[in-house]
Amino acid sequence: MSNFPGTTVDYKWADIGNARIIDLPGTYSIYPKSGDEQVTVSTILGQKTGFEPNKLIVVADASNLKRSLLLCLQVIDLGLPTVLALNMLDVAAQKHIQVDSVELSKLLGIPVVEINARKKQGIDLLEQTVASLKTPTKIFYHINPAIVEFLEELKIVINTGNIYKDLVMAHQVSNASHAKQNIARVFSKYEFETGKLQARETVERFKQIDEILIECITKTAHVTDRSNFADKIITHKVWGLLIFFALLFVMFQSIFWLARWPMELIEQGFDSLSSFTLHMFPNNMWSDLFANGVLAGVSGVLVFVPQIMILFSLLTLLEDSGYMARVSFIMDRLMRSFGLNGKSVVPLIGGMACAVPSIMATRNIENVRDRLITIMVIPLMSCSARLPVYVLLIGLIVPDTQVWGVFSMQGLVMLGMYLVGFIAALLVAWIFKLVLKQNKKNYFILEMPAYKWPTINNVSLVVWSRVKIFVKEAGLIILCVSVILWFLGSYGPGDNMQQIEKKYSQTIYKDSSFAQAKMQAEKLEASYAGHFGKWIEPAISPLGFDWKIGIALLSSFAAREVFVGTMSAIYSIGDGEGHQSLKHKMQAEVDTLTGKPRYSMATVWSLMFFYAFALQCTSTVAVVYRETKSWKWPLLQIIILTGMAYLASLAIYQGFS
Amino acid sequence: MYLSELKKGETAVIEAIEADDLVAKLFEMGCVPGEKVKMVLVAPFGDPVAIQVAGYTLAMRIQEAAKVRIRKDNFSSQKIKL
Repeated sequence: MSNFPGTTVDYKWADIGNARIIDLPGTYSIYPKSGDEQVTVSTILGQKTGFEPNKLIVVADASNLKRSLLLCLQVIDLGLPTVLALNMLDVAAQKHIQVDSVELSKLLGIPVVEINARKKQGIDLLEQTVASLKTPTKIFYHINPAIVEFLEELKIVINTGNIYKDLVMAHQVSNASHAKQNIARVFSKYEFETGKLQARETVERFKQIDEILIECITKTAHVTDRSNFADKIITHKVWGLLIFFALLFVMFQSIFWLARWPMELIEQGFDSLSSFTLHMFPNNMWSDLFANGVLAGVSGVLVFVPQIMILFSLLTLLEDSGYMARVSFIMDRLMRSFGLNGKSVVPLIGGMACAVPSIMATRNIENVRDRLITIMVIPLMSCSARLPVYVLLIGLIVPDTQVWGVFSMQGLVMLGMYLVGFIAALLVAWIFKLVLKQNKKNYFILEMPAYKWPTINNVSLVVWSRVKIFVKEAGLIILCVSVILWFLGSYGPGDNMQQIEKKYSQTIYKDSSFAQAKMQAEKLEASYAGHFGKWIEPAISPLGFDWKIGIALLSSFAAREVFVGTMSAIYSIGDGEGHQSLKHKMQAEVDTLTGKPRYSMATVWSLMFFYAFALQCTSTVAVVYRETKSWKWPLLQIIILTGMAYLASLAIYQGFS
Repeated sequence: MYLSELKKGETAVIEAIEADDLVAKLFEMGCVPGEKVKMVLVAPFGDPVAIQVAGYTLAMRIQEAAKVRIRKDNFSSQKIKL
């Protein structure tokens, strides 16, 4: 039952034997206050999965039993077979709190099992208890005399056979924007106010809980929490901010430096695999599709796995230790000036690796407007897919020199591009703040969990599940787009393609790798992708881009880093020559109209800003649609971000030249 | 007096929450009338703040704290238990 920023926001399930076990996000009560809590409540009520769970395990923090029991009592009153798993007894013992679980079980009317989730103790007993679990023997909910009539009439429209469940359902419906007419009539007749009713119920339940706790809890001494001392430093106005920015810097560095090796390995592996395929199998459409479409796509997906793994390991470490809640705490005031809130910070940091999981991580922001603004600006944070694009472009225009003997000039420009993304995110958020009205539920109330040591077990579990989600969901889209792009790049209208192939099949060209590469370039120009590039050229030439960059822009919609690969193909670079030669080719390219270098300062800066702002990521669009449940926001996001990119590039190119 | 006026280290008892949209949330977080609270942390720009309540630490903004009516608890700050 935890609810700190960034922890579980969706339900996970596993089938064991003929049973399905579902792990739900933490919630403080049966009345959800945020998106992740809503997931839990809908699942318990059977709205999410279409069936009610047969049995429930409520995991409670023994060191903080009072709050944990609120949900427990509510769940008992729903009438579902429930067991209370009492966790963190060791922490409770440190605080000199003893819990009598036998007495607790008697008072609650359900089994209570002591467990230690970290050390995996008591799990066997929990399993046995679940196997023989029965309906709770007690009911705690007393129908308030003031709402007896309301509940009676409610039965006509909502009748689950359990009066408390009817009420919970009614609260759920009142939260939805449109209640069915007959239910809405009952609500207005009895002036149903969800907030007031919940408050009254909560107070009554806490009274009952106090009575229960007096019987089964003994406090031997009062000690101050160790967390308090750490918090004095971590939330300090100077040290707190310094520690936060230092941690960010270390995280940022390690994502790039640690991931470089495995990323190169994956790329090289797939390159050799695809050239092996082309050598082993007859040269036809299928081997080409497999090597250049499918394998390229799979490699484009897997190449991000190292970065995602490192990022999520670090983020999970910080979350599990309890630090992330402090980050939200110290950054809230600053973020609020920009229409965001403290809980936006973690997803924004995550956006530097990948926008897709970060957008999902916004679910624990209760405030609808703040959550929406956070989702809208996350793609402006420079994600890892922009990195290879920046590397190539910065290499073109920035000399490889040192500043003050320590910093590399190129590295500083790179850092500058990350800052550009971050500042743009804040500015756009601020504009949204002016436009979007604040809704009623505007508060920032957050539990600051006690600091604890993260366990390797949990970190690896989280990382594994993130990687799986990425490979499965984002991977499928990237793969599809890669195959489509392969088609657009390999086929063209009419018989132009065949004629180019025929021309280069003459014997004088046979053994020249230069001619073969030139053929590829000509084929690309004649392909559908080439036609597309020519078609959009008038629109992008004010930005300093030609049709070749146009193709790269199109292909970037699969994943931004495809830019580099597409440029390589366009500039007819054979395998194994790497970026160096692509860089030289691009530097040597001349603008046919002006006779000046094609990749002037103006064009490259314009291109970099285009990549900094434009929403060129199919996976992001898909996940924004899923999270906002409407096409309105992803479409608006495409228009705003890509519009910004266009205008910024236009201003830069026209200003420079 | 309101929670927002409480200084770091001071303790008080919650009397009521004077905002309809906050009551349900703050109650379920354990901030029910009669509960003891202690101001423990203030964020870098003076907002949000964090209190100790029901055995854990809870953060909220000044604007939320300004809706929590409290009664100063002079006895416990002198460590005298009645």
